[in-house]
Amino acid sequence: MFSNILIYFVVIPLVMMLGLALCRNIKQIRAVAVTGSVALTALSVWLLVDYLALRAAGATEPMLWVDSWQWFAPLNINLAVGVDGISIAMLILTGIILITGSFASWEIPQPKEFFLWLILLSTGVYGFFISIDLFTMFMFYEVALIPMYLLIGVWGSGNKNYSAMKLTLMLMGGSAFLMLGLIGIYYHSAADGNLTWNILEIAQNDAISHGWQKFLFPMTFVGFGVLGAMFPFHTWSPDGHASAPTAVSMLHAGVLMKLGGYGCFRVAIFLMPHAANELAWIFLILTGISVVYGAFSACVQNDLKYINAYSSVSHCGLVLFAILMLNTTAMTGAIMQMLSHGLMTALFFALIGMIYGRTHTRDIREMGGMMQILPYLSVCYVIAGMASLGLPGLSGFVAEMTIFVGSFEHTDLFHRVFVIVACSSIVTTAVYILRVVGKLLYGPVYDEHHLTLTDAKWWERVATAGLIVCVAGIGLFPNFFADLIKFTFSPEIFTVIGLN
Amino acid sequence: MDYSQFLALKQEIGLLIVFLLVFLYDTFCSPKAAKSVPVIACVLMAAVTAFGFWQSCQPATSAFAGMYFSSPVIVAIKNILNVGALIVLIQSLKWANSEFTSIRRGEFYELILLTLFGMYLMISSRHFLMFIIGLETASLPLCALVAFDKHRYESHEAAIKYVLTAVFSSAVLLMGLSFVYGIAGTLYYQGIASAIHGNMGVMLAVALAFVISGFGFKISLVPFHLWTADVYQGAPTSVTSYLSVISKGSAAFAFLVVLTTVFGSVYEAAWEWMLYGLIILTITIGNLFAMRQKNMKRFLAFSSISQAGYIMLAIVGNNGMGVSALMFYTLVYIFSNLAAFGVIGAIENATGKIEMTDYNGLYKTNPRLSVTMMLAMFSLAGIPPFAGFFSKFFVFTSTLNGTDSTALYVLVLIALINTIISLYYYLLVVKAMFINDSENPIATFRSACSERLGMWICVAGIIGLGIVSYFYDYLLTVVA
Repeated sequence: MFSNILIYFVVIPLVMMLGLALCRNIKQIRAVAVTGSVALTALSVWLLVDYLALRAAGATEPMLWVDSWQWFAPLNINLAVGVDGISIAMLILTGIILITGSFASWEIPQPKEFFLWLILLSTGVYGFFISIDLFTMFMFYEVALIPMYLLIGVWGSGNKNYSAMKLTLMLMGGSAFLMLGLIGIYYHSAADGNLTWNILEIAQNDAISHGWQKFLFPMTFVGFGVLGAMFPFHTWSPDGHASAPTAVSMLHAGVLMKLGGYGCFRVAIFLMPHAANELAWIFLILTGISVVYGAFSACVQNDLKYINAYSSVSHCGLVLFAILMLNTTAMTGAIMQMLSHGLMTALFFALIGMIYGRTHTRDIREMGGMMQILPYLSVCYVIAGMASLGLPGLSGFVAEMTIFVGSFEHTDLFHRVFVIVACSSIVTTAVYILRVVGKLLYGPVYDEHHLTLTDAKWWERVATAGLIVCVAGIGLFPNFFADLIKFTFSPEIFTVIGLN
Repeated sequence: MDYSQFLALKQEIGLLIVFLLVFLYDTFCSPKAAKSVPVIACVLMAAVTAFGFWQSCQPATSAFAGMYFSSPVIVAIKNILNVGALIVLIQSLKWANSEFTSIRRGEFYELILLTLFGMYLMISSRHFLMFIIGLETASLPLCALVAFDKHRYESHEAAIKYVLTAVFSSAVLLMGLSFVYGIAGTLYYQGIASAIHGNMGVMLAVALAFVISGFGFKISLVPFHLWTADVYQGAPTSVTSYLSVISKGSAAFAFLVVLTTVFGSVYEAAWEWMLYGLIILTITIGNLFAMRQKNMKRFLAFSSISQAGYIMLAIVGNNGMGVSALMFYTLVYIFSNLAAFGVIGAIENATGKIEMTDYNGLYKTNPRLSVTMMLAMFSLAGIPPFAGFFSKFFVFTSTLNGTDSTALYVLVLIALINTIISLYYYLLVVKAMFINDSENPIATFRSACSERLGMWICVAGIIGLGIVSYFYDYLLTVVA
């Protein structure tokens, strides 16, 4: 079991939790958190290098490092792992955000419990990304959801009890639909009676009948879509993100919301392509609303975190929107958008947390002229904003460009109209980003007390600089990432439904 | 008469011997030596449990002209009940030796052993006469146990309610059985099954309705649940924990046996739909009422009502997987619920506090108790990686096993949505302990050795039972 490298993505967090439990002071806790997350990131980078080498050497399997260990034999439940380009991209994203998140919560109260929950959350995330067995995937998915309750409830701010409960219940509500969908998939996974939970085998069997796909696809898509902040199930996101402590907002918006998009792609669409093709229009409408409505909502908010949370709704809506186009270009764009949004929104939340830690307000009407007081943080904020509104050279441009080009490839008029509608969000994004930049960073200093504030400390610089490098990296070398994920779109599922 | 038949009753006889030993020791020892009665009872109970596991590979046997039946499945469920009873006995050590209870602590252990004996008979019987004897042996000592805190008014009230309900439900059940006797002319399970043979009639429908209602009282399914909250609240915590897990688990298993072996042929015609409605009502109403409870014992009473609904999900699928899912659910439920009751009991013994608001800020003063309680709540709510998640999952899979029935998919969806409601109120407890602040939190205290042992066993079960696949695999192989 331990000869497979992937299992260490779960083992390392567990060891970290053990280490944290033994820590006596804050220095040790920081050391464990940073070492562990660096180790995880290093492992995923190593995986990336190895993956590219294997692909270059001609490996054509859909997933590499595939392995399966029996768990509940009578129910065919296995601990099955395997990764492809998308999973590796997500693993790297998780690692980066975990490192920067650890730096961003350098001075958190009750650090031991905080990091224990945070690492438990990341165990779930890592386990989810490496699993290819529906049962274990679902289990890790729920492991990732529940620590949020205490992370927000104990360390959060504002209306935290309400937000924590709302977020947890809504996400678990999504997983209720999901669980039914997954059990349904299992019982229809094979025509010959050899039922399986393994995604690759289910896709190969292609045994789920048309009628059942039509029932199971909405179940799984909505189930994951709740976490992807799909309209009308997005309402947990603004409240939850606004109340959460910095690192948790980063991890949740940066990585956990990607679990939704990833799950929609990997389970709902990959296993039930026929239904996806037929029912895509319903969800296109919903995700289209997410994209546009999220952007407009962000324009009228005054709380920095709410602005960014609604912007996340809009951007994550774009991920689901692109996936539903069912063609390679749009899906590549969706994955790029997941990466891009993950990094960018983590950067935003980190900066907001740092500004809030100094000014003790997140209301943009009560701040101004920050560029004079906090030049480093302000410049970072501008860069994040530019990435968000899609400035060429940064990650947002690459992702959104690919998505819109890919989506417009769809010849259907209905789809094209919706692409145009969704495109309008680019303009709206510029409006709310520039509004914040103008009010918050430039102009006269609003409050004289702010003049005494100090700029970023070294750990804050590490966190933000790391994220900016990644955002610019994707923007400057998009080919690398496009190549990384291109193998994943196994042509079979598209030929099955007569697309592409 | 062939006396070798008694050898088939090894487990029952073992339990009776323990009962007699405890009884004789308690009666004839000096008052000073009586202090060790609880410990002796626990050790002997542990021995019986171990003996049960040793028995688990025995082939199926029957005795007394087929009235008594034992098979690996039945031994397994008895073992599960044994483990639960053992934990209850361990957890109540401190309470049994406390000021008010110490003069009658022997009775507590004797009565618990007697009810367990009754449950054994209930599970093993293949003849309704035997079944009724088992049922009454299980119920009547419980009435005495509920009234155990005789200095407390609530305890009396609870006992009266429990007696009346027990008698009434037995009467309803007997009424149903008399109808069944009228149809079949026999009280043997097999005889009735072959007499019914899929022939659905008005008489049978009425009989079935009576039988299901009778069981509904025992398992506290809605709308037969009204006694539950008051009895749970009034009874001493140790008795409540016993009532909520062991009594419920054994009745649920007996219900399964009766429905599948006796009425198996009219599954689709009759009881699938009766049960279907009961499950939806039980889960939903149990949940809705649990949300409003302020007293921890009442809270767990309503939570246990909704949990009973989930247990019934394993029966409604009517397949072999359901039997193992039911047993596994019972096993996990025993550990989760007893962990919760362990914490409640420990806090009650130390401070006398029992309201949910008393738990505010508990994590700051008693972190270990809070974590135990949190694990119990997560397990009851079905959060992975704790055992409750697996047991719920297996129950759902067993319900949908081999069926494409839309109705059952809808049923599972309703149950799943209800898990979210239940998560809400389980999180309220977690919130009280971890998030809420209190000006007057429960002071830091060290719980008794026995209480800690009981909680450790429960926590080990909550963490281990799901992740280690051995237990569920074992139950499945036993059933198959």
